[in-house]
Amino acid sequence: MSKNKSDYLINRKDNQYEVVIGLEVHAQVTSESKLFSSSSTKFGAEPNTQVSLVDAAFPGMLPVINEFCVKQAIKTGIGLNAKINKRSVFDRKNYFYADLPQGYQISQFKDPIVGEGKVILDMPEGQKEVGIERLHLEQDAGKSIHDLDPQNTFVDLNRSGVALMEIVSKPDLRSPDEVSAYIKKLRSIMRYLGTCDGNMQEGSLRADVNVSVRVKGSKKLGIRCEIKNVNSIKFMQMAIEYEANRQVDLIEDGKSIDQETRLFDTKKNETRSMRSKEDAHDYRYFPDPDLLPLEVSDEFVNELKKNIPELPDDKKKRFIDEFKLSPYEATILVSDIETSKYFEEVVAKMGKNKDMKLAVNWITGELFAVLNDKNLEISQSPVSAKNLAILVNLIKNGTISGKIAKTVFELMLDGDKDPQKIVEEKGLKQQSDPKAIEALIDKIINDNREKAIEYKQGKEKLFGFFVGQAMKVSGGKANPQLINEILKKKLQ
Amino acid sequence: MSIDLKTIKHISKLSRISVDEQKADKLADDLNSIFKFIEKLNELKTDNVEPLTSVAETNLKLRTDEVKSKDIRDQIIKNSPQDNEDYFVVPKVIE
Amino acid sequence: MSEITKQSLSELVKNIKDKNLSSEEVTKAFIDRSEKSKELNAYITENYSSALENAKKFDQKPNLELKLPGIPMAVKDLFCTKDIRTTAGSKILGNFVPTYESTVTQNLWDEGAILIGKLNCDEFAMGSSNETSFFGNVQNPIDKNLVPGGSSGGSASAVAGQLTPVTIGTDTGGSIRQPASFTGTVGLKPTYGSCSRYGIVAFASSLDQAGPMAQNVKDCALLQEVISTYDPKDSTSIEFKRNEYSKELTNNIKGKKIGIPKEYRVEGMPKEIEDLWQKGIEFAKDCGAQIVDITLPHTSYALPTYYIVAPAEASSNLARYDGVKYGFRAKGENLTDMYEKTRSEGFGDEVQRRIMIGTYVLSSGYYDAYYLKAQKIRKLIKNDFDEAYKKVDAILTPSTPSSAFKIGEKKDDPVSMYLNDIFTVPVNLAGLPGISIPAGHDTNGYPLGLQIIGKAFDEQSILNIAYAMEEKIKFKNKITDWWIK
Repeated sequence: MSKNKSDYLINRKDNQYEVVIGLEVHAQVTSESKLFSSSSTKFGAEPNTQVSLVDAAFPGMLPVINEFCVKQAIKTGIGLNAKINKRSVFDRKNYFYADLPQGYQISQFKDPIVGEGKVILDMPEGQKEVGIERLHLEQDAGKSIHDLDPQNTFVDLNRSGVALMEIVSKPDLRSPDEVSAYIKKLRSIMRYLGTCDGNMQEGSLRADVNVSVRVKGSKKLGIRCEIKNVNSIKFMQMAIEYEANRQVDLIEDGKSIDQETRLFDTKKNETRSMRSKEDAHDYRYFPDPDLLPLEVSDEFVNELKKNIPELPDDKKKRFIDEFKLSPYEATILVSDIETSKYFEEVVAKMGKNKDMKLAVNWITGELFAVLNDKNLEISQSPVSAKNLAILVNLIKNGTISGKIAKTVFELMLDGDKDPQKIVEEKGLKQQSDPKAIEALIDKIINDNREKAIEYKQGKEKLFGFFVGQAMKVSGGKANPQLINEILKKKLQ
Repeated sequence: MSIDLKTIKHISKLSRISVDEQKADKLADDLNSIFKFIEKLNELKTDNVEPLTSVAETNLKLRTDEVKSKDIRDQIIKNSPQDNEDYFVVPKVIE
Repeated sequence: MSEITKQSLSELVKNIKDKNLSSEEVTKAFIDRSEKSKELNAYITENYSSALENAKKFDQKPNLELKLPGIPMAVKDLFCTKDIRTTAGSKILGNFVPTYESTVTQNLWDEGAILIGKLNCDEFAMGSSNETSFFGNVQNPIDKNLVPGGSSGGSASAVAGQLTPVTIGTDTGGSIRQPASFTGTVGLKPTYGSCSRYGIVAFASSLDQAGPMAQNVKDCALLQEVISTYDPKDSTSIEFKRNEYSKELTNNIKGKKIGIPKEYRVEGMPKEIEDLWQKGIEFAKDCGAQIVDITLPHTSYALPTYYIVAPAEASSNLARYDGVKYGFRAKGENLTDMYEKTRSEGFGDEVQRRIMIGTYVLSSGYYDAYYLKAQKIRKLIKNDFDEAYKKVDAILTPSTPSSAFKIGEKKDDPVSMYLNDIFTVPVNLAGLPGISIPAGHDTNGYPLGLQIIGKAFDEQSILNIAYAMEEKIKFKNKITDWWIK
């Protein structure tokens, strides 16, 4: 099914190179408390105020796992159409760093909680399947702050121990656009499930990007570099672009690529080797003896499966079948759970005699423009779904014209006003009395007799002029359909 | 098998324990005698043996997702070697 | 009534309950004796004045329903105690004052016990002679310049020297049973998961267990009954029916099947140990037990297995001592430099040695050959016991391959030091309960112990067997109070 018509290729004198990308996405699990301790996960607290004795690794402190985080990981696994492993093991990944109080990170190495799965991307050229290698649970580290003091580094452990899901893709991605679509799709699925808020500014979603290149057509994977901890889609795309070209240049120059960890410098727009960290890369993984293997029953998993909400792919299919939306429209409306909720509420509120196309156009057109302009999420929309539905219905039943509707919409923005009331108060109701419109048109023709003659002689473009005059004189309220009909008759 | 000075240096680096030449020599001797004694395990064939995961034959207990630990910053920071009211402080990290 | 410090825990509890003694009198008596016993170096941190205050408080409003009513007690300095320095015998925690209490010690205080001090031990419980402590050697009350065993050396010395009526230690490879054996006292290592590890400075998480040390089996049973609780703060704590061990204690062990594993008859074992074991078998028979020859085929692999598993876990458990959050910090030019100097200056030689072994066996390319292999053999060792317990109720062995040795005698030879734990280590690897009881003396008059190993969660059976045998053995510790001037 994957058409894979990727055309992102890097061209050099004689060669065309294909870019092969795999992602390790770190998604913060939405939960009240941390993975192995009962301190809060809230973002933005004062430094070190959400740190328990366990998080700061005091002597004799022990981890106790959070059931909700386990459920969140399994739900995400279900959302990724993945195999849920009934037995998984927590390992210690040992390394020293100032913001790693235990001297090890509790992670899952050999036996992750979720195995292979897949995600479908909607690309302009068609659908593409991306394989998921695995998903495992692990602890986040704290934060080192290097710029508060010239001699010292400051450490804040508020994040230390927060649950992360590491979602590892197969090396199935072939372009920065696919990476963008993949991240957006993952985020969308997790937001539908409520397992990760996907907030990249707050660091809830970040990724290590593995990039390699190969001559197009080659089956062998090239040597890959891992770009660590990139926290926006734009930076991921820029990093890939830079890194792929760097690797191609090396190959073209007959040089070899070192398998290494690199850092993306967002200011200089380049990737840099992190050799200092390379030397010590021997994590000495072993099963954490403070924990037992995590075993979940079929019942436990089935109970979670039962409560999985409709996910974007299914919702899209339903929107197409039930509401007769185009795949393009449906994709836009399901991409974000809040958008789909808004849309479904508009649909519900429109009642029986609804105009689906019109509703979609208003949401993806006017509403999105306003949200974009004001930098708001749809959940913060100044116009409620209920009022937007009323507005669409007013257009549909001819009470106002599309043009007047735009004026009404502007007025609605201030305090989510009821469009019906605006129309009444401002007298914006469409003039649909044929007699009145006829009189209006007679007057316009009379005032512009020369133009009427020109029209009749064949200058048909002038029809628009008369429509415009009629709208102008009526203050935009005249029913445009009636104007058209009557004008045609009068100008014959 | 024998553990040489290069290996000693490597594992001392991994375990963040500085080792001078004299100490390294002594460590190499000690570790070699200990590993000689450990090598006894090679007598056993264990290809088909499942490793032990825990002697505690019980299921991992799951805790409910509740915030119980409050702000105890004072307690957390109290024992830290370099005073600061808000943060742990360490010598500059050189990347 | 005999001298206070010579009384057993049970006697003290009875005398306090009967109001023959006040907690203050008892506490003061043990403090006085402790003060006179500085040469033993059993204490790292004393808590005398606050102990006396607590004793007075207890006497003002005595709750005599408690199991340890106003009983003073010193504990191994591996248990974190709130607002009282906890060092684990290490320089790296030399100034560490926990803001929290370990579950096991909390259980003691909840039953009325009063902390009089923190007892010396091998650094991070790594040692068999208490010689690795940053706070110096501990003297064995049995004889001058004799090691008390380890790692709970301070605990064993304090019980044998009557500085505390009873105490608690921890046992990772023999750290309760071996010092108990060296000092003529009783020490129980409970089933893994019986006592919470919460708040105990970790050495090797899959092997560590806290346990009681006492002058006699009954006291040991009472203390075990207090400290063993299910604790949701420790994921390896196990919920099972915990007996009131002291109440259910009985010397009737008629028909109990006791296994004698032939593999414990190790090469070069001193004759006096062999003789002791034989004597123990006779005593067990006298008590009505049935002796059964059994085999534990993988016994000889236990010690090498232990010296992979324990250091591996320790190397990771001790990574948190990095000079950042608490404890000792050396000056460093940058973070890595600070780490390396802190850990090099803060840890002693034996701890560094074990961290190095552990780091090595886990490092890339060696994991399968060492750590994984060791965990497989650990399984075989556990299987051996499972098989044996199809035929017997308990297993009888010597506790140690020798009696206590002189301070300094084995210090520079790690392997010969490690061999001390040859009979105790398999029990930890299999997670089973084991008790050491004093059973005789060597030619120097130094005590020798016998070990009774039980089925998992069946502390009661080995306590009963120990109790019955104790009656027959009639062991008397030869202590002259040589250190008191």
